[in-house]
Amino acid sequence: MARVKSASVSTRTFAIAGIAIALLLAFVVAPHASSSPDGLVKVAADQGLDRGAHPSAVAGGPLAGYAVNGVHDTTVSTGVAGIIGVAATGALGIVLFAGVRAMRRRRDASAPARAGAG
Amino acid sequence: MHIPDGFINGSTSLAAGGVAAGGIAISLRQAAKTLDDRRVPIAGLAASFVFAVQMLNFPVAAGTSGHLLGGVLAAVLVGPWAGVLCVTVVLSVQSLLFADGGLSALGLNVVNMALVGALGGYAIFLALRAVLPATRSSVALASGFAAAFAPPLAALVFTLEYAVGGNGAASIGKVAAAMVGVHVLIGIGEGAITAMTVSAVLASRPDLVHGAATMPTMRPRRAAIVGAIRKITAEDHAAFERVGS
Repeated sequence: MARVKSASVSTRTFAIAGIAIALLLAFVVAPHASSSPDGLVKVAADQGLDRGAHPSAVAGGPLAGYAVNGVHDTTVSTGVAGIIGVAATGALGIVLFAGVRAMRRRRDASAPARAGAG
Repeated sequence: MHIPDGFINGSTSLAAGGVAAGGIAISLRQAAKTLDDRRVPIAGLAASFVFAVQMLNFPVAAGTSGHLLGGVLAAVLVGPWAGVLCVTVVLSVQSLLFADGGLSALGLNVVNMALVGALGGYAIFLALRAVLPATRSSVALASGFAAAFAPPLAALVFTLEYAVGGNGAASIGKVAAAMVGVHVLIGIGEGAITAMTVSAVLASRPDLVHGAATMPTMRPRRAAIVGAIRKITAEDHAAFERVGS
């Protein structure tokens, strides 16, 4: 779709605004989110689907349960865990997608070489 | 919707891991075909955003909450294949760092939320978009409705996994009814958040919405009309000038 004349912002501005919103949601809003069990956990508890359940191998980890080990203020703890998660997903995502991009570039580069050889 | 360890038996979890790995491999190949340099940071941003919004549990019924799964949102923004990868990144970080979703259940969770969410959800999105008028609001509307279907769809697939290898005694019918029932409610929230986010991106950078890029938009038609009006005006003007001189 063509860009619109006035509404368009630069990719840089868009990315900065997007990451700022994600960080705000994770740090400011997430600590106030509902702490009730989610749909699956509730149904599992009601119907006994969780009787074989055991804690995750990383349940004792420093960030388990979206809480930072040693930070006692739960609001800050959840918020900081959120910021770490936003940063970690962003970093892992960019590394993965840069790898995918490189995969394509390598393929693009090898295609004409093969054509030349043949 | 994140399945913890031990809800579903080992062999079923392993089989789901195989399906997930296959889906991820196909997604990597397909995403490589369309991904350009500009979209690399945007796809990373989409993963971050889905992570952040997944933390926002909203109440849906007495003592029950739900949150966005984000498959349709990611798929509409960056394309279905890159969308699978975005949600997979989110699920991996959640299970490894935050112990949200079991490590042995990661394959199950990738199937339910990344594959079913992004690919199944995007198929619903395309079907809805095809029957709606070719406008930007249709893109937002179609993504919202498709996103509303994603949690109940994931709930059905979970029920299937439970039927194959669940460690519980409840009947499949009862599990299906309870799971779909609560996830229809969660879907309302998922749909609203998805439609709002897609609208916001459409308003600022419509070219970054994959689900709008392949659509024959109103734009050419509008351009044709504007062009025709300009032509008529110009001819009028020319005729007026001829009369005047």
